[in-house]
Amino acid sequence: MSALEAARDHYLGQLAALRTSLGEGPAWLAALREEARETFAAEGFPHPRLEEWRYTNLAGLAKLRLELAPPGPARVSEAELEGLAFPLFACSNTTFVDGRFAPELSVPRTLAGELRVESLAELRARAPERLEPHLGRVASLKQHPFASLNTAFLDDGAALVVPPGATAVQPAHVVFLASREGVQHPRVLLVAGAGSRVSLIQDHVSLPAAAGFTNSLTEVLAGPGAQVDLVLVQREGAGNFHVSNLQVRQERDSRVAVHTLSLGGRLVRNDAVAVLADEGAELALRGLFVGGGSQLVDNHTLVDHAMPRGTSRELYKGILGGRARGVFRGRVVVRPDAQRTDAWQSNPNVLLSDGAEVDSKPQLEIYADDVRCSHGSSIGRLDDDALFYLRTRGIAEPAAREILTLGFAAEILLALPAPALGEALSELLGERLRGLSADPEGAA
Amino acid sequence: MADRRPRGGEVVLEIKGLHASAGGAAILKGIDLAVRAGEVHAVMGPNGSGKSTLAGALAGRPAVEITAGELLFEGEPLAGLAPEERARRGIFLAFQYPVEIPGVTNAYFMKAALNALRRHRGEEELDAMDFLALARQKVSLVDMDEKLLNRAVNEGFSGGEKKRNEVLQMLLLEPRFAILDETDSGLDIDALRIVANGVNALRSPRRAMIVITHYQRLLEYIVPDFVHVLVDGQIAHSGGKELALELEQKGYGWLEVAPAGAGAAS
Repeated sequence: MSALEAARDHYLGQLAALRTSLGEGPAWLAALREEARETFAAEGFPHPRLEEWRYTNLAGLAKLRLELAPPGPARVSEAELEGLAFPLFACSNTTFVDGRFAPELSVPRTLAGELRVESLAELRARAPERLEPHLGRVASLKQHPFASLNTAFLDDGAALVVPPGATAVQPAHVVFLASREGVQHPRVLLVAGAGSRVSLIQDHVSLPAAAGFTNSLTEVLAGPGAQVDLVLVQREGAGNFHVSNLQVRQERDSRVAVHTLSLGGRLVRNDAVAVLADEGAELALRGLFVGGGSQLVDNHTLVDHAMPRGTSRELYKGILGGRARGVFRGRVVVRPDAQRTDAWQSNPNVLLSDGAEVDSKPQLEIYADDVRCSHGSSIGRLDDDALFYLRTRGIAEPAAREILTLGFAAEILLALPAPALGEALSELLGERLRGLSADPEGAA
Repeated sequence: MADRRPRGGEVVLEIKGLHASAGGAAILKGIDLAVRAGEVHAVMGPNGSGKSTLAGALAGRPAVEITAGELLFEGEPLAGLAPEERARRGIFLAFQYPVEIPGVTNAYFMKAALNALRRHRGEEELDAMDFLALARQKVSLVDMDEKLLNRAVNEGFSGGEKKRNEVLQMLLLEPRFAILDETDSGLDIDALRIVANGVNALRSPRRAMIVITHYQRLLEYIVPDFVHVLVDGQIAHSGGKELALELEQKGYGWLEVAPAGAGAAS
């Protein structure tokens, strides 16, 4: 039996043992989980022979026999969490530890009226009818095997269902904390009713000793005219495997901006799929990925223009040092009905070391004739003239490199929905870059 | 050949038998020059004579390789010193082509530069508020739009704005020794006057400058103590400020020390 098959059986075994406890709740949820389990059992862990997985070698992950966190309250102190919090950044905070809602570590402020982030586990026990129309309806289980794995284990997570017309006055901050060695399957459901406005920050962090596997799935449904900002922050420790699956569906004239910031982890795999399912939808996908050591950050996006007058803007910026590898595979599909689509895609990368590598492949598939589409990618180094310029002003070379690299990233950070978040992430990025330059050969 | 009548200040910069190459080509072919405190030296010369290579050699541009000779700043050799170390000792280069740095605001950049120097001098760093107050005061000296402080460094600046921005940095960093590399190129007469005012505001008995220019025009506003003519990597002639006028009338042809340096870069 191969390592990948053994890993599949390991997780199927966990599911079999859990069945009784996960079985609680409505029949539709049980059916959803069962369908997911069957899909995962059939597909298993993706093999690197698959085109979509050729850069993401999961052998290291497959070898780990990771367990779910045992039931019971989280053993994380407020002080530990405090150390991980963003400074300058006060908003509603919903914290999950190893996949489970931790009310004692959360600050449940309302965002508008009675609106707040809720625990999926609580909601499915208390008012499952609020979840039924949405949960699992946006995400396709076939999209990749980890979507089915996440759904098979669907237990807790964050739900934010915004009523039509509501405007959330501040961003919702959802923290998924990995506190131990193990596996978690974070789940986020964000439904923005017609004409509503909402920002959500999905923040993945880990305690220093934690190493394991985070398999996250986020579903976003943007109703007609809704405006959604979603920020995905991945800043887990250097031992973590992180798989992030984002699936977005946009209704008529909705506006969705997704900001994905991959700043940590050992292996990060980001899949983002957005379907512009009705006319006039606007999508912005912005990504910043930073790799060092022997890290891999593998980004796959699919923007699906299904209907006319859609606009998509996609900008992914990569910063790679050490012997890290970055991947960007961006597909834009313009379907026959999607006339007057305006799609733009760009992936500039900067390499900070000789050992770092990027594979960039923007891809357009156009089946309509009245469209405006463009794409591009670039791979370069920091500009020598700019470096010299800064140094002639007394700025030491490492600091000059950091300033230029932060400048490269600024376009992404400045577009974040909360300026304080951009500042905090800029600090975090600075720390990360100093870590990279302290380890230029990627020995760590 | 260089005119070395002392004006009383100590020697700030001494260039001895300097040979330098860039991109594999020998550009500077034996330069001797001493600049004393309080002096302004103009370096003129045709395109490709080595003016910018000289500036690069002084500031520590990595692409410029010193192949022979010596550079002494305040009596100590510059060889082996990184550009930032030279800056911290008080050397400033105003660039001929100021570099655009996307994503980095002018204010952030200048504060980082000033604080790097202040740290080196054992002074307390300025916070954002104090820096801004100081920057505003200097901005008015170069008649620059204050909004440019919050824009990305030189990005989308006009030619004149870029040069004012160079002089602004010089005013903030208050170097002991400044090299202005064709700071006048591309400026109209008003901008030229403003830039020159900024430079003159910094002239003092302690400071010294080398002003590199192609045209005599700038020297009407920044009046030099000495004028040197660089031809094919050597100082072909030195004189007082009246030499600049002579050059304006007669051109450089009469000064050539050797057949025009084929393939020489500036």
